[in-house]
Amino acid sequence: MIGIDILTWFLVSAGGVFCVIGAVGMLRMPDFFTRMHAASVIDTLGAGLIIAGLILQSGFTLASLKLLILGLLIFFTSPTASHALASAALERGAEPILADEEGESSSSPR
Amino acid sequence: MSPYRSISVIATLFLFWVVMSGFFTPFLLTMGVVSAVAILWFAHRMDVVDHEGHPIHLGRSAFSYWPWLIGEIARSALDVSRIIVDPALPISPTMVRVKTSQKTQVGQVTYANSITLTPGTISVAIAGDEILVHALTREGAQGVADGDMDRRVTAFEGLS
Repeated sequence: MIGIDILTWFLVSAGGVFCVIGAVGMLRMPDFFTRMHAASVIDTLGAGLIIAGLILQSGFTLASLKLLILGLLIFFTSPTASHALASAALERGAEPILADEEGESSSSPR
Repeated sequence: MSPYRSISVIATLFLFWVVMSGFFTPFLLTMGVVSAVAILWFAHRMDVVDHEGHPIHLGRSAFSYWPWLIGEIARSALDVSRIIVDPALPISPTMVRVKTSQKTQVGQVTYANSITLTPGTISVAIAGDEILVHALTREGAQGVADGDMDRRVTAFEGLS
């Protein structure tokens, strides 16, 4: 099953790369809300690709079903948590940095 | 309470039990059925077995909406990744109010969650039939305002 192994390597590595990109994004982004956008790369593509790769490894077993349920759990809970976080931040007066109406972005990376 | 919804709740809970336990001895399977029935009873007492708590009527349309949503998530996650690795960090954060055309609260929640699940856009607040969306780029905000996802969620909700 060398083909499946190669596909798993590819999926899990790509998922890892997206997790790193998301982490770098969280450091580079200028404010709370833009950081949340970077974080959402981690729990969509990052977690999704890694779970897909692991499902390929475990094949038609209960472990695959559990991984699928794990994926569904992330699929339903992560937007709920993100929304709660963003809404709480806005409620408590966190001012999002916004781009000017015309011209380029007014924010700069730290 | 519709009997179909109750049966579906028991079936779902029991399947979940089987997947989580992985043991197929008669005793544990019986315990699984007993637990599923007990939870159904609790859920009825809490009054959460309804079209919101267990939306079986959306089951069929989910299979056409979710694949599209997953494709959309992958595309915008790639866009956000490209912005992050770009040395110039070309972001233009924008707040935009979008109208929702869903008739039910389940539909509205589905739309708001879909927006949040898509990297580059977060639904921050919902008031009436408007969602306040924070987008990473002006193009992302424009994409939400165009309302393609809104139309698809309304279709998803209406297929029942």
